[in-house]
This record gives sequence, C-alpha cells and structure tokens, in this order.
Amino acid sequence: MNTDAAARAGYRRFIERRSFIEMNARERVRAVLDPGTFRELLGPFDRVKSPWLPLQGIVAQADDGVVLARGTLDGKPALIAAIESAYQGGSMGEVSGAKIAGALELALDDCAQGRLILPVLLFETGGVRLQEANLGLAAIAEIHAAIIALRRYVPVVGVIAGMVGCFGGMSLAAALCTHLIVTPQARLGMNGPEVIEQEAGIDELDATDRALIWSLIGGEQRHATGFADDLLDDDADAIAAAVRKAFSTAPASAPARSMQVERYVELLRTLDPNQPLDGESLRRLWKRGSPP
Amino acid sequence: MEKIRYDYSAQHIVKQRVHVGVVGSGDLEVLLEPSPDGRTHVVVNTSVDGFEATWKNVLDRFFARFQGAVSIEINDFGATPGTVMLRLAQAAEGLRA
Repeated sequence: MNTDAAARAGYRRFIERRSFIEMNARERVRAVLDPGTFRELLGPFDRVKSPWLPLQGIVAQADDGVVLARGTLDGKPALIAAIESAYQGGSMGEVSGAKIAGALELALDDCAQGRLILPVLLFETGGVRLQEANLGLAAIAEIHAAIIALRRYVPVVGVIAGMVGCFGGMSLAAALCTHLIVTPQARLGMNGPEVIEQEAGIDELDATDRALIWSLIGGEQRHATGFADDLLDDDADAIAAAVRKAFSTAPASAPARSMQVERYVELLRTLDPNQPLDGESLRRLWKRGSPP
Repeated sequence: MEKIRYDYSAQHIVKQRVHVGVVGSGDLEVLLEPSPDGRTHVVVNTSVDGFEATWKNVLDRFFARFQGAVSIEINDFGATPGTVMLRLAQAAEGLRA
C-alpha cells in the first residue's frame, strides 16, 4: 500500500511538473522571472533581424532567435537573455550575438554605478551561425568579455536545459558563468558529436550513440566532474528557484572556474592520453569538489 | 525564398499586436499588428518556392471568417497548410486574450 501511495505521489509530481525543455525561449524567460514583470527589449515587432540570412535564401526570424527581457527575481532587477533553439539551431549571428552582448554591457554599466542587475543566460545553442561566420564569432567574444567584466559585480547565472545543449564558442560563455545549472538532458561541449565524427571518424565517436554522448558531455557527467553547479530535473519551477538561490548563495570571493588555472592544469595532468578514457573513469579522476 | 503579398477587406479595427510561432523546421512565425488603413495586409516570406496558390487558399479561408483590420507578416520555414492555419488561429486567439 505504501509503495502504491509513493508511486501515485511520484506520478502526480511528474504530471504536475512544468517542463522547461518544452518551452520556447520567451516562455522560459517568463517562467524564470517574477510573475507579471516580463518586459521585452528589442522584441519581434522591433524587427532587428539578420541582414545576412535572406541574402543566402534563408527566412529570418523577427527577433533573430534571442529573447531579451528585463524583470525582477524576488523583487530585484534582473536581465534575462534566452536563445531560441528551434530557429537555426539557436546559432549566434551578428544580431542575436550583439543583442546578448549589448544587454550584458548595459547591465555592466548599471552595476558599475551601483545599480545591481541580476544577469541570467538561458543557453540553447549550437554556437556560431555558420552563415554569419566571423560576425557571429566577434559577437560571441564580446559576450565572453561582458560576462567576465560583469561577474566582478554580480554572479552571472547560466542555464542549459536541453535538448540542443550548448556548443562552440557559447560553451565557453557557459563555462565563464559564475553559476551553471543543467538538467540530465543538457549537453555541454566545444564540438558537437556530429562534428567530431565527421572530422575524426566513426571509430573516434559514433554520433548516433546517445548513451555514449551523454556519458561524455551530458548534464549528469558535467555536474559530476565539476563543470556545472546544479543538476536539476526538467522542472521550470525548480529551475526558477535554483536561479534565485544562485544569486543569494554564490560566493563572491571564490575564484571563478576560469580563474582556477593551476587547478585545471593539475587535473589535466591526471590524464594519460595513451589510455582510453570513458565518462566513468573521468568521473573517478575528476570527482566533483575533489582537490587537485 | 519567396515573398508574397495579399490584401483583404476588413470589418473592424484591431488595437493589439500578437506574436506567435518560430521560424523552425515545419513551423512559421506570425506577427500580427493593427492595420494603418482599415484594410488587411499580409506579407508571406517563405523558404519554399512555388506554393503561391496554396498560400492564397489558406489565407482566403482564414480571412473569410477573421474580419479584423490587421497587418500580418508570416515568416515560414516549410510549414504545412494545417500548421499555417493553426498558427493564424493562435494569433487570432491572442487578440481575445
């Protein structure tokens, strides 16, 4: 009987859970901000979109796939940027990248003048938009610089929910965040599996082997090896709560991951390139929180 | 890529604007705004060439019932007529919200 009751409670929790992954970028931003505070910046009706895609025969989306919004988190002013993965794989073009970089730079100006803005990035991106090449890469570099400048004043909180994940130059942006939240469905990596298979061959990596891919770059693995701070179920309310908690608890004094150069050099020294390494062995070597 | 324009007569004024959808595979984005001149104007940007007659059928059918004076921009990434109709209905529903 107790088992039945527990199972029923489990089903109920599952059914009542609001999936964050199934939301589009705009819905995700609304789900994280305090209710009723969403105010979009450069929304679709401003039609700041890619000038490059139509020249290449591709229909452009009116917001270039990035939703920027001001609002509040527990009453404190916040800025959220979310990437729409269904549009061009969440890729960063000149405009979408500049929207994020520009918003972070404005938040930086405010923070520098003592008006704290809590910055949140909802990643869902394959990285640079190949059709816009260097313009997208330049914007990604500006995003990196803005995150590093901003995190001296305020934690920068990132979320990778899935199902696209976060790749390329934007994986570096995620790694630069003060606090990174992932789900088990998330993936975080420099090169996507298809790119690795294409470049190094199917013997190196079979891009159709989902279990293998998630064992290497999936949310659970990234959390277990210390590259992500929170591992959460796909639950919009839990993610919204974790974002708030990150701002109230992120230690301002602890050095960011990207500043811990010696520690990561030591960790890299524990690897032997001649020995095959799988996700499980890396977890044993780089267990979360283990000292170098 | 094709750009197609249509105009329709309209019965009443619309004051809101509504945005629905995404320019994703098999989907489309609809931007609906008040019309500047009391008539309805539709601009379709579509990634699939050669379906002008199908677009006209779908839009004729939608505007036979929907009488608001609106300017609509559609950014289409290969949606089927059924999906187009659903997105238009969703945008119209957004006006009542």
